[in-house]
Amino acid sequence: MNQSMDNEIDSIFQKHQRNQREALIPILQDIQEQYGYISEEAVQKVGLFLAIPTSKIYGVATFYDQFHFQPKGKFHITVCRGTTCHLEESDNLLEEVSKYLKISQSEVSRDGMFSLETTTCMGACGRAPVISVNGNYYEQMTIDTFKELIESFKQRAL
Amino acid sequence: MIRQYGDILDKFLLSEILISQPSSFNREETGILDRLTRRQVDKPVIYLGSGSCGRIAGSLKTGEAIREYLEFSGIEADITEVGCIGLCSMEPLMDVQLPGKTRISFCKVGPEKVTDILDAVFNRSILQEHLLGQYPQPGQEPWSNVVNVSDLRFFKNQVRISLGKMGIIDPENIDEYIASGGYRTFLKTIFTYRPEQVCDIIEESGLRGRGGGGFPAARKWKTALTTAADQKYLICNADESDPGAFIGRALLEGDPHHILEGIALAAYASGASKAFIIIRHEYSLAISRIRKAIEQAKEAGLLGQNIHGSGVNLSIVLKISPGAFVCGEETALISSLEGKRGMPRFKPPFPAVEGYLGKPTVVNNLETLALVPSILEKGPAWFRSIGTTQSPGTKIFALTGKTVNMGLVEVPMNTTFRDIVFFTAEGIRENKPFKAIQLGGPSGNCLDYNHLDLQIDFETLKEAHLGLGSGGLVVMDDSSCMLNLAKFYLEFLKKESCGKCIPCREGTKRMAEILENITRRPVNEKGHETLERFKGVMQLENLAEVIRDTSLCGLGKNAPNPVLSSLSQFREEYEEHIFDRKCRAGVCTHLRIYYIDIEKCTGCTACARKCPAAAIIGTPTHPHFIVEEKCTGCGICQETCKFVAIYIK
Repeated sequence: MNQSMDNEIDSIFQKHQRNQREALIPILQDIQEQYGYISEEAVQKVGLFLAIPTSKIYGVATFYDQFHFQPKGKFHITVCRGTTCHLEESDNLLEEVSKYLKISQSEVSRDGMFSLETTTCMGACGRAPVISVNGNYYEQMTIDTFKELIESFKQRAL
Repeated sequence: MIRQYGDILDKFLLSEILISQPSSFNREETGILDRLTRRQVDKPVIYLGSGSCGRIAGSLKTGEAIREYLEFSGIEADITEVGCIGLCSMEPLMDVQLPGKTRISFCKVGPEKVTDILDAVFNRSILQEHLLGQYPQPGQEPWSNVVNVSDLRFFKNQVRISLGKMGIIDPENIDEYIASGGYRTFLKTIFTYRPEQVCDIIEESGLRGRGGGGFPAARKWKTALTTAADQKYLICNADESDPGAFIGRALLEGDPHHILEGIALAAYASGASKAFIIIRHEYSLAISRIRKAIEQAKEAGLLGQNIHGSGVNLSIVLKISPGAFVCGEETALISSLEGKRGMPRFKPPFPAVEGYLGKPTVVNNLETLALVPSILEKGPAWFRSIGTTQSPGTKIFALTGKTVNMGLVEVPMNTTFRDIVFFTAEGIRENKPFKAIQLGGPSGNCLDYNHLDLQIDFETLKEAHLGLGSGGLVVMDDSSCMLNLAKFYLEFLKKESCGKCIPCREGTKRMAEILENITRRPVNEKGHETLERFKGVMQLENLAEVIRDTSLCGLGKNAPNPVLSSLSQFREEYEEHIFDRKCRAGVCTHLRIYYIDIEKCTGCTACARKCPAAAIIGTPTHPHFIVEEKCTGCGICQETCKFVAIYIK
């Protein structure tokens, strides 16, 4: 872990009380917000700060959907798997998407460009199926419009 | 800009609110109020629906187009971002209020339409194509030949208690909320009633928890109030992790101060000086709005120590839920808040006696709390006059699926499903036949045609062995397969099961497996395999009952619901899948049977070479043929074919 990351995590700790179990999830959330994922070193530091074994921290962190343990891709794609999106065949969309990007759920493509994830509902049921890329929403997706979208991202990244 | 009226507002807060006599205001004060609530405007105001649904539909781009238009045309106007009025399928919504005129609303306003619509409105005419309606306002001249929004079919049957101000007021402006009567009830309550009296009022009103259980809200508060402890907590559960429910999110985005007022009242009634509001991490807009609202309320002295000299202390803390479906169960939610895995525990002791950090903790659903301010404002008798005797009040549904109108509806408890689906939602799109309703998300039930005339109150549904659940209401037409839906929910529940108790952890897995087996074409149809498949259904029913009876928490107990209810309502569809290997909706991909159109097939052999089951035969340059018995329905041939010669019958 480099020095700057060390300091940043320390500054996150300053917002919370030492040795208080309730602070665990907020601290992990802050770390993830800062770095996009939770690294092994960060978990060890949190363990020392809160006096909790790292195994327990992983136990908690892996339980919840929010936490990631590897960096996200440059374009983080989330496919909505809500009921309405499902009725509009978001399962097939997901399959096609993962085939097209050659990654499956919660994986990152080898060049670090794309990562794929699902979410339970984005609440845009009137516009199903919906996907989001880095927090921007795209509605009424089909695999063809998705491919166009990806190509435009690739162009942008060049 | 609003702060300059600060002094008057403070006076207003301190004296007038407590007396609660709006008629006693002088003209100047009324004028300020009218300006704050925008009952009267001196320059045009453009309202832009920008809840999450609006944003997804592109309201931000529409907003940019409006700004460009105003700059270009040199018209001076305010732009106000409001929440969602509940009609999500019509977003983005844009309302315009000209001085002296009523507010008029336009729907499906894409950025390219802005110029046309605004040009017309500023010239006092209307583009009918995008018109939704107008909001009548006494003293303001109405537009002629424009329907009132409240007379639209979508709104006509609704009684909007919690949703009333949504999409109307600016969610990021506390002054507007106060000016329209907000927080008045809260201050009046803490000055005139003791906590136990508040509990009594709520008990008299018959308010029941809207989280699904229907447990009387006041009973929880009373238990917490009477338990001796140095610290008590209130938790507002806005952690919706249910696919297809977005009631809490919309409320938090559209009217956050209303929710804070509800929390404050409930906290006072249950003796809690600290309240948590738990929001799902994905709801970034709701999080930022509520965070802002809490700051504003603190600044206005409505939260904190010794609120307005009443001696009441209350702090509201926003907690971001890391996301787990099981945290809908109150004990799981509490352990998640304590920094542990969100697993439920045995009850009793109930959280109202021993909850967060061992202290009495009341856990209420956000929807329940949203009803509280109005009950205390208008009295229990008023609340009882809505809905049924046993289940008074209203219920909000997140109405989605195949209907014409989709969004949030708040209807009295004596409304029938038929009214909701065929009146409010205006029926099914493209006039397709109605098939089923999935009520209450993954742990809810499915309803068929015969249930349409049921009322939505707790008693009627309990009698029919149904549950209201989280308030998701998904309407399906004949293009949906019930097995596929049951499988979808079971996959979800399997993933979300916390793993603490065996029936739920293993049972959901086995049920999903059986359903997977039924919806897949068997590789070979030998006697034993078929028998196993047939046995599956019988086991499915048995298994479901065991899971229901032996699971620890609500998630497990309700996990078999989608299967059990669809099995009882749509048994013939299950049988069709098992015996005839046919999916009438054509949804189950593996049960599809592919055919080759001999007219189109050129005999390129591409499909035959790709077919993993070697089910395609034929000689090169001649039309090929799929052997039905061998086909596994994988669909690879259809993807491979360049001539669109392969189709499903």
